[in-house]
This record gives sequence, C-alpha cells and structure tokens, in this order.
Amino acid sequence: MESLTLSDVEQKYYSDLFVYCDTDNTKKVASNGRVLDLFRAAQLPSEVVLQITELCGATRLGHFGRSQFYIALKLIAIAQSGLPLRVESLNSVKDLPLPRFVVGKNEAEARHAALYQDPDSQGLYPAPGTAVIPRPPGRGHQNKKGHPSSTSLPVHEVIQPLATTIESQPEPTSPVVSPHQSPPTSPHSWRKHKRQHSGGNAERQPVVAATGAVWTQFREPQTGPVAGDGMWPSHSPPLPGQESWVSFTADTPPSSTLPAMHPSSVQESTTIRTVASAATTNEIQRQSSTYDDPWKITDEQRQYYINQFKTIQPDLTGFIPGSAAKEFFTKSKLPILELSHIWELSDFDKDGALTLDEFCAAFHLVVARKNGYDLPEKLPESLMPKLIDLDDSAEVPEQTADVGYSASPVEVTPNKSPSMPSLNQAWPEMNQSNEDTAIVHPVPIRMTPSKIHMQEMELKRTGSDHNHPTSPLLAKPPELSEEAKLPASMKFVAANTVGDGYSSSDSFTSDQEPITRQRSQSGTSPEALKVVAPPPPPPRPHPSHSRSSSLDMNRTFAATSATGQPQPSTIAYPPAVPPRPLPTQTSVPLTGHRVEAESIPGGAAVLTTTSPQQIPQQPNFADFSQFQAFAASEQPSSLPEVDKHIEPGQGDKPSEGAGPLRTVKSDGQADERPSATVNSGAKGSSGPLAPPPKPVRRRLKSEDELRPEDEQHGPQKSNVIAAVLATQPSIPRSVGKDKKAIQASIRRNKETNTVLARLNSELQQQLKDLLEERISLEVQLEQLRPFSHL
Amino acid sequence: MNTNMAVCIAVIAKENYPLYIRSVPTQNELKFHYTVHTSLDVVEEKISAVGKALGDQRELYLGLLYPTEDYKVYGYVTNSKVKFVIVVDSSNTSLRDNEIRSMFRKLHNSFTDVMCNPFHNPGDTIQSKAFDGIVSGMMVQTA
Repeated sequence: MESLTLSDVEQKYYSDLFVYCDTDNTKKVASNGRVLDLFRAAQLPSEVVLQITELCGATRLGHFGRSQFYIALKLIAIAQSGLPLRVESLNSVKDLPLPRFVVGKNEAEARHAALYQDPDSQGLYPAPGTAVIPRPPGRGHQNKKGHPSSTSLPVHEVIQPLATTIESQPEPTSPVVSPHQSPPTSPHSWRKHKRQHSGGNAERQPVVAATGAVWTQFREPQTGPVAGDGMWPSHSPPLPGQESWVSFTADTPPSSTLPAMHPSSVQESTTIRTVASAATTNEIQRQSSTYDDPWKITDEQRQYYINQFKTIQPDLTGFIPGSAAKEFFTKSKLPILELSHIWELSDFDKDGALTLDEFCAAFHLVVARKNGYDLPEKLPESLMPKLIDLDDSAEVPEQTADVGYSASPVEVTPNKSPSMPSLNQAWPEMNQSNEDTAIVHPVPIRMTPSKIHMQEMELKRTGSDHNHPTSPLLAKPPELSEEAKLPASMKFVAANTVGDGYSSSDSFTSDQEPITRQRSQSGTSPEALKVVAPPPPPPRPHPSHSRSSSLDMNRTFAATSATGQPQPSTIAYPPAVPPRPLPTQTSVPLTGHRVEAESIPGGAAVLTTTSPQQIPQQPNFADFSQFQAFAASEQPSSLPEVDKHIEPGQGDKPSEGAGPLRTVKSDGQADERPSATVNSGAKGSSGPLAPPPKPVRRRLKSEDELRPEDEQHGPQKSNVIAAVLATQPSIPRSVGKDKKAIQASIRRNKETNTVLARLNSELQQQLKDLLEERISLEVQLEQLRPFSHL
Repeated sequence: MNTNMAVCIAVIAKENYPLYIRSVPTQNELKFHYTVHTSLDVVEEKISAVGKALGDQRELYLGLLYPTEDYKVYGYVTNSKVKFVIVVDSSNTSLRDNEIRSMFRKLHNSFTDVMCNPFHNPGDTIQSKAFDGIVSGMMVQTA
C-alpha cells in the first residue's frame, strides 16, 4: 500500500475510530466486526465496502491493522465524496472530507463519526484517561439516548463535514491546552467528547457512540446559531432531561463558553447528570482550554446547580442535609469512595450539610469526575464557597479576572494552567494568608468539635447570605470582597480549622491548653512547693547545752561528784532552770560592767519583774550577794554561811526543799570553785558572767524548787531581799577580789575546757574504734556472702 | 514540630475491630497490630474504672496505657466508645503529654469529619484521604 498521508484532523479522527474499533484493545488490529460495522455505517454500498477492504489490504492480511484501517477510512471518505475508489487517490485527493458514518445501525459508529467530524478534540480521544466521555447514568441510559438520538437525528444533516466548519477546537480533556477559540460548534462536540471522556473508561466505545449521537444533535445547531441549543430540542424526545436541558441551553444566551449547564428542569437526576456532566465537562474543558481555571463554574453551570439545589432545598440559603446530598450524588453512579472524597472536599465547614456553594462545588466535582477529571486533593479555589460567589459576580466577562478576583488572597490565577495542581498551589497560599487573618477568630471559640460545628454553622449562615448568586455581590464585588473576606476568612478560618486538619485552631487550642496546663502546672508547682513544708527548724538546742555556763557547772559538778563519765547530759537540772538563767544572764550581761551591785539588784529586779519564778531568785540574789560577800571574803565558808543563811531562811521548808538545798550547800561547800566562780562571776560582770549565775542558778533552782513547794518563802524572800540589799553595799567591797575571782573562773573554765577536750578525744577514739569494727564486720559479711551464694 | 511523633496510629471501633491502622515502619506492622490489640485491654479497664457514675466526666484522654521497652502506647476514647491508640517510640523522650493530647485532638477532629461524611458508613474502614493526610502528618518521618 502506498503510504498514507493524513491531515491532522484526519489523523485524529482515524485514530479515534481505530481505537473505537479496537475492541480487543490490541491497539494494532481493529476488530473486523467493528470495522465492518463502521464501514456499513458509512452508508456505502456493500460492494464499495468490499472494495475498500480489498484496497486497504485488509483482505490480504485478514485483519485491519492500523494502516489498513486508516486507508480504509480514507477510501470511505473518498467514496462518500463520490470519487472513484482508487488507491492513488488516497493521497491525491485533497480537502477530502472526513468519512462520515451514519448512526443508523450502530449508534456508536454514528456518534463516533459525528464526533470525529469534530476534528481536533477528537484527537484527544485516544488519550487514555480522557478518551471516553462518561456515560453518567449508565450504559442503558446512554444507549437509550443513543438510539433515539440516532433515529431522531437527521443524521445526514448532522453528519456534515464539520471539519470544514470546525476549526481548531479547544482540547477537551487533555491537559495540553489547545487553541480554544473554538467556533461555537466545537464546544458542543467538545462537550460530547467531554461526556465521553468523563465517566467510566470502560465505556469508551459505547460512550463514544452514545455521545456521538448526542453530539450529532449538537451538530445540527452548530450549523446554526452558536448555542447548540437547537440540537437539544431535537434530541429531546428520548430524554426529557435533555429536552429541558436543551431548552435551557436554548434559553441561555450563548456565552463565550457554550452553555454547558443544563436546565434544571430535568427531574431525573441521572439524565440531568448526564446532560449536566456533559455540559459542565465541556464547559470545564472549554475553560481549561482557555487557560482558565478549569474548576471554575460557569454561569450556566451554576444556575443549573442552583436549580438542582432548589429541588432538594427550596431555601437557597439553607442547607442540604448529608443524607439528602448522599442520595442525590449517589445517583451519579460514582463509586462511593469518590463520592466520599468529593464530599470531603466540598463540605467546607465540615458540618455534614451542604450550603449552596458547597453543593455547587460538590456537583461540579462530580461532573468533573464523571468527565474524567481526577479529583483534586484539595478543593480548588474556584470551588471554594466564598470564591465561587466572587466568580459569579464577574464570571462571564473575564474568567481570569474572576479567578483572580475570587482568589483574592492568591494571585496564582493568571498563570493558572488547566492542570489542577496549580489550583492546589493557590490553595495553600490562600490558606496561609487567610490563616493570618483568620487566626484570631477560631482560637477562643474552638474548644470542641461540636462547638466548631456550631460556630461554622453560624459562619455558614452568615456567609450564605453572600452566597446567593444573584445577591448584590454582583453589584458590589469590591465590597463583597471585603465583606466576603471577613466571612470568608472566618469561614476559611473555620474551614482551616476544620478542613485543613484543624492545624491552626489546633495549634491555638493546643497552645491555649498547654498554656493553661502550664499555668495550672505552674500553679500547682508553687502549691506543691508550698505543700512541701519547710523543714522544721532545727530543734532548739537543749538549753542545758546552750549555756556554756551550764556546761561548766555540769563539768564541775560532774567532775567533782565523780559520777563517772562526765556527761553533761546526765546532769538533770530542774526544768525551772532554763528560764531563770535567762533573765539572770540577760540581766547580768546587760548590766555588764555596770555596778555589780546594781546588776545584781537589776537582775533581781528583772527576776522579780519577769516572773514569779524570778522572785525566788531574789533570795538567790540574796545568796548571790552572799556569795559575793563570800567571794569578797574569799572564803568558802561564805558558802556555808550562805547556806546557813539560806537554811535559816528556809528552815520552814520541808525536808524536800532542804534536801536540794543541802545538796546545793554540799555542792557549794564541796566545790570551792563554783563558789569562787560564782563570786567572781557575781562580781565580775565581764567575761565569766555565766559561771557566776550558775551557782546562783543552782541556788535559785533550789530556791525555786523550794519555792513552789513551800510558799512560805515570803518572809524568807524578804529576808533574802534584805540580805541582798544588805549585801549590796558589800559588793563594792568585793571589787578588789573580783580580779581574783575572774582569774579563778578563767582557770576553772580552762580546766573544764581541758576536761571536755579530753572527753571529746576519748569519744572520738571510741567512734573510730567502732567504725573500724563495723568495717571489719562488713568485710566479713561480704566475704561470707559469696560463699552463701555458693 | 508535630511531624515526628507517632510510630503507629490506630482507630478502633466500638466493637473493638480496627477502623484504621497505620504504622510507619511498614515492616513490623504486625507487631504494632498486636500491640494495639493488647492495649485495648488496658483501655477497657480504664473505661470501666473511670465511668462509674455515668461516665459523663470521663476524661477522653486516657494517657499512657502501658510502656514497653521499645515504645509507649497512649490511648484516647471518644464518647461513642471509639478508641484512638497512638504508639510512640520510647526514644522520643521529647514528647510531652500536651503534644500527645493535641495529636489525639487532631485525630478526633479528623475522625469527626470523616463521620460527618454522609458517604461514610459508620463501621466501614476509614478511607478518607484527608484523614490519611492528618495521620501521615503525625507519623514519624522515617522514609
């Protein structure tokens, strides 16, 4: 066979036909049956067909290869044009119209032919995904449409060499943008193609056929007015939907884009859908081909959607509940999974109901899906609830403007290619921009999903007012943009919070919560800290130990008493001792270097004033003074004297009182140093003031013991006081002896120090020994332990 | 920040069959399935323990269910007895309780969205791409 040169149109046409005939999907051989049917559809005499078959070499080969098929087609065209069938004429004949195939016996062929009379776009058919226009409702429906259409179609009229009329047409479905300044007719056919393209790929050929029929109908009006509306009326009988659709299209003024929308009067959702899908897909394609937002909804489409919305929900500002929407969209025969995805995309505020905008978006997505468009991962901008309104406002004139307008937050529209991803790119940008503004809103509100939905319901309601297609939005786009922006932002915020995975709101709520949590935690932490009560203050040292003077006394008495181990703690002092020394000591140190005589009385006075316990100190004071006198005399005998003095003063005391007194006396007598120290202490206010009070204290203590026991110290007290007073004048006299007393006390202290030091060293030694023993024991234990394990 | 968190995320229905399980190291998936299954016992125990009076005040977030040497399992139960289980790597010590809570919150919100979809039948496995996206965002980025 000679080589066959085909024009582009022809090439596309032929290839599509071949694909159609390639029922076995071999891509190389067209099934004979189909081919023959096709040839028969060419309405050529059978002998001509035979001749063609022979000429193309299929007879020889026994099958129709691609080349044979093409040749055959060309020959058919030649034959149809009335030219003699010659092999030579294959290439010689110029301007040969495309072979026409009548949709007589085989509607598919007819449609296909009709389709292919639409040159450019047909070439897209071979494209895998987009090749078949979906038969939305199903084959049956499609066929039904096909047959009637085929019969009703004035085929011959339809089958016109549209190639002549049809110029470059916009690419229907392929992402490649072809020139889309398509003549009015092209969109129709285009639309058909779209219909074929969308939907089930499995229905390719039948779909092609079916749509071809419809397409042929389109053809009719194509020759006439732009709007292929005329076609529709002719096609009306089989499908009321189509009829209405047709009427709708007829009604709608031919816009730059062919009326892709179908009238809403179609009651059958399936038919409607079919028509609508076809229309919308064509619209989509047209749009895409015009480098516009492929997802944009045209006016017709929108009107159609709105009408559909009305059938479900009369109130345009209301919602379509999820169940109703589910039923509606289930009729589209899309798989549930895809419908679910569409729902996710379109239900912007995730409230389980569709507003008008959401419904339109969903419908649009369904249509697109049926026409072969893949569902986007994210809702395209033009389908966003708010944006769509903006689109409506200025859609017709400038689509790009609309897109830009609608996508106000994003400027991606201008360079938007028909490909979806561009939209998706815009989407995140818009999200970001909206998030910035919208962040404010949902933060405080969104706490729980229910609340979110409530909020979004509110937003939706507020926003739905703007969603009305015929609302003043059209009139005031700028205002709307701002108004819409706010609700849009709100909505987007809500949507962002909801639709975008609650990221922003999540962050906010999460921020809030962590913050609150932190606060609470921080709040608890100080509380916790507070709970941890400060360690109790160290127990006050035993008063007995705090006073070195007491120790001295202990030492001295302990040493002297030879009670054994010098242990200050063993010496038990009457509890009354501590308070007493305080006033005495305080008084004594306070007085300091004052006149000792004064100090003593001061101490006495203090004693008297501080507590009744101190009163008895007066007698001690008296004793002290006696001691002073004794010290002055430096005679231990003063002690006995004092004691004696005491004794007489306390003669009435019971034996108990006398006991301690005697002990005191004995102590006083036994130990000269205390007395001396006492004397010295009594006199020497500086330095060893502590020691002096000790014997005094002792006396005092004894006195105290005696006092409580015997309350007959009054006269004694008076006597003591008298003695004290008497001794007061004696104090100055003992000043001379103070130095000696001081020195004695110093010596005594040093001795006690040494004793204590010795004691300490001994104890330390004991401690060391014990530690060593312990270590040795532990070592033995360790040595024994492993053996035990064995 | 939240892109490197969980090793496995699972959604279990009220009847204790999984609605959705996804693990990041796609090998070893069975181990995570088993872990999630065993954690259900702990979840049940916590539910029964807390929901004494009416269960109204029951905290949705269950906290750490049980730690193993390799990972920790956190639980979250909704009011409809749908359980979310997150398994995180034990080496991920930077994970704070608040972050886990936020993850559960996001899961819950996404799950609510899925449930709102009229085309989703409760009881079906979750096939929502949005939900997948959210979950992927929370999984460890190992590959």
